[in-house]
Amino acid sequence: MDFQLAFDASEIDDLLNGKRDGGNGSLMDVLEEVQARYRYLPRDALILISESMGVPLSQTYGVATFYNAFSLKPKGRHVINVCTGTACMVRGAKKVLERISERLGIQPGETTEDGQFTLETVNCLGACALGPVVVADGAYSGEMTSAKTDALLKEVMSEVETV
Amino acid sequence: MTMVRTPEELESLKQKLLAAREPDKPRVSVCCGTGCRVHGSMDVIEAFRQEIDKRNLNGDISVVGTGCHGFCEKGPVVVLKPSGVFYQRVGLGDVPEIVSETVLNGAVIDRLTYVDPASGAKVVYEEDVPFYRKQQRLVLDLNGDIDPTNIEDYIAFGGYAALGKALHQMKPEGVIEEVVESGLRGRGGAGFPAGIKWRLCREADGDTKYIICNADEGDPGAYMDRSIMEGNPHRVVEGMIIGAWAIGAHEGYVYIRNEYPLAVENLRIAIGQAQEYGFLGHDILGSGFDFSIHIRPGSGAFVCGEETALMASIEDRIGEPRPRPPYPAERGLWGKPTNINNVETWANVPIVIDRGGELYSQIGTDKSKGTKIFSVVGNINNTGLVEVPMGTTLSEIVYDIGGGVPGGKECKAVQLGGPSGGCLPREHFDVPIDFESLQELGAIMGSGGMVVCDEDTCMVEFARYFMDFVQQESCGKCVPCRLGTRAMLEVLTRITQGEGQEGDIEYLEELAKQIRESSLCGLGQTAPNPVLSTIRYFRDEYEAHIRDKHCPAHVCRALIHYSVDPEKCTGCGRCLRNCPAEAISGAKKEPHNIDQEKCIKCGSCYELCKFDAIVVE
Repeated sequence: MDFQLAFDASEIDDLLNGKRDGGNGSLMDVLEEVQARYRYLPRDALILISESMGVPLSQTYGVATFYNAFSLKPKGRHVINVCTGTACMVRGAKKVLERISERLGIQPGETTEDGQFTLETVNCLGACALGPVVVADGAYSGEMTSAKTDALLKEVMSEVETV
Repeated sequence: MTMVRTPEELESLKQKLLAAREPDKPRVSVCCGTGCRVHGSMDVIEAFRQEIDKRNLNGDISVVGTGCHGFCEKGPVVVLKPSGVFYQRVGLGDVPEIVSETVLNGAVIDRLTYVDPASGAKVVYEEDVPFYRKQQRLVLDLNGDIDPTNIEDYIAFGGYAALGKALHQMKPEGVIEEVVESGLRGRGGAGFPAGIKWRLCREADGDTKYIICNADEGDPGAYMDRSIMEGNPHRVVEGMIIGAWAIGAHEGYVYIRNEYPLAVENLRIAIGQAQEYGFLGHDILGSGFDFSIHIRPGSGAFVCGEETALMASIEDRIGEPRPRPPYPAERGLWGKPTNINNVETWANVPIVIDRGGELYSQIGTDKSKGTKIFSVVGNINNTGLVEVPMGTTLSEIVYDIGGGVPGGKECKAVQLGGPSGGCLPREHFDVPIDFESLQELGAIMGSGGMVVCDEDTCMVEFARYFMDFVQQESCGKCVPCRLGTRAMLEVLTRITQGEGQEGDIEYLEELAKQIRESSLCGLGQTAPNPVLSTIRYFRDEYEAHIRDKHCPAHVCRALIHYSVDPEKCTGCGRCLRNCPAEAISGAKKEPHNIDQEKCIKCGSCYELCKFDAIVVE
């Protein structure tokens, strides 16, 4: 699997250098940056961050596993996010989610074995006029139907072959 | 750099900006809120700029990208000023014509005007659109006029004048009295009087105090706070500075959902500009008062909307609530007295100070003052943000402003207040909405999310959805919430799967009572509300699922099946080609058939059939 970025301790060091004197409220900032860089929080990074910032590893691990934004497992190259907010739900988001789940063969929160796709849900994006909404790699698609979902998946999947 | 040092300098800057505005000069206002952006408004704005450039009209026509106008259903929304001509669903191809016909010639392009679904009449001007006409916009008033990334737009419309008034003409205690007199109550859910909360924090012991803006707008279907921050972030910033001065805080935090990138960006820009102009930082407007604001993006945990969990999160800990008292006013962030209000509450503060508490208190009902912004979403014609005085009825919001339910269907219920709220059936649509009336009916104002459900919504499944939501978002600290919500979810799931038993409803009610009374924080205490309110008003639907194994709304997969009406089926093959389970067979131009063994009940065929030949029972 080559999609996973190799963990580089010196990168984390660089990140921490800017934050070490930041005082209160910087652990989550650092974790967010590491998550953005690697698409997950590598185990060694958590240990390094804890040691460098003088935060108990239990607290770092607690934060890393409590919040939805963090993941201990690598996320896929393409992230498909289905809004399951109430407005999208009453407009049929459940069917859309089930469709994508069936087509990719994974449940929400999972990543395909080849590391290409992660399927996620979000509680509400506040784009309720467009529901049901699907966000594929940051691009919003609104008023989704089964047919539009299939078309979107086809488009996203075609990007895999060209990578 | 334009540093504003006194209220007089602010006033002269305002006059200078107003003079430069030329009110008669044509302006194209394009909504760039999240909803309109998804519809392509950023491309539309660029097209306007190019078209104006091409015609060498740069000095004659200005284009402004504004925050959310609130009428998200019809995006991209374009308003031409000063005439007020309102165009909806504007595409790139419409831009040259709008410039040549409407901006330059004053002619109205019929196809882009709004058609009122109720009367079928074309509506030309923004102020005549029924969606806007019945609203009273205090907080959202400037969203369609100002560029949220330009502080001078806000100043030109009187921005930061209330801050000048507070700092130079009032004492901190006087500001608090004004807020108390206004009757302003917290817009985040519980409706606690803002002024009284401020007073408690001001009177608390301690030199270091904090204020927090709760922008962790987590209720699904509620997005008014996002739109305020996207469209007019300076009003929130100004409200926070006034509050900090009144309470005696020198540092403030905005805890904002990370799922709102545009709101985060606009708020960052606003804070930067407010510093540059001297409204934040040292010696604000020459008053000797210092104050700064930090932004803290949330990391995706619904429970962090609860104030003690939110503070734990700012402190870099997991977002678990703690028991109250002590309330944040005594022991809050890092153990210091802290005042928390949500975005909409802070945004009301400059309005209260500007108008005076007494005048503000004339809006609304006896106990609930001012306006409230509702996000009206779901099965509704005019999805969008609706700001109305407290005391407006649901019927006015759903039918007069929201335009009713699409597809000629009936409105079955309105769900208010998100996962902590409840569903109200149509017989209560004429009740004036305020904090008290909703509570009596088993719902809550909450943050103002209003989800309209049509007759195709299964109320049991709807309750299950909310229980699933809170069960997942329960932080797990206290047992009643962690295990109780799970137990309720299990029962609800069984019922929707056709395995409901006699006694289930009573068991749900009993669990609900226990969870309500014994949970640690608001999340658990209110978690049973969606279930209790649906049992209260739609008990027959629960009974149909349990006794008759029947889902009256045809939603629950285990209780329905799809078949083909041979009379109506033309054998077009559309459903056959699109069935993911290959469960449909039949020759061309012959009635098709669904194999019930293979059918996964995904409903694709039902959705696709143009001849209404798929029957769901």
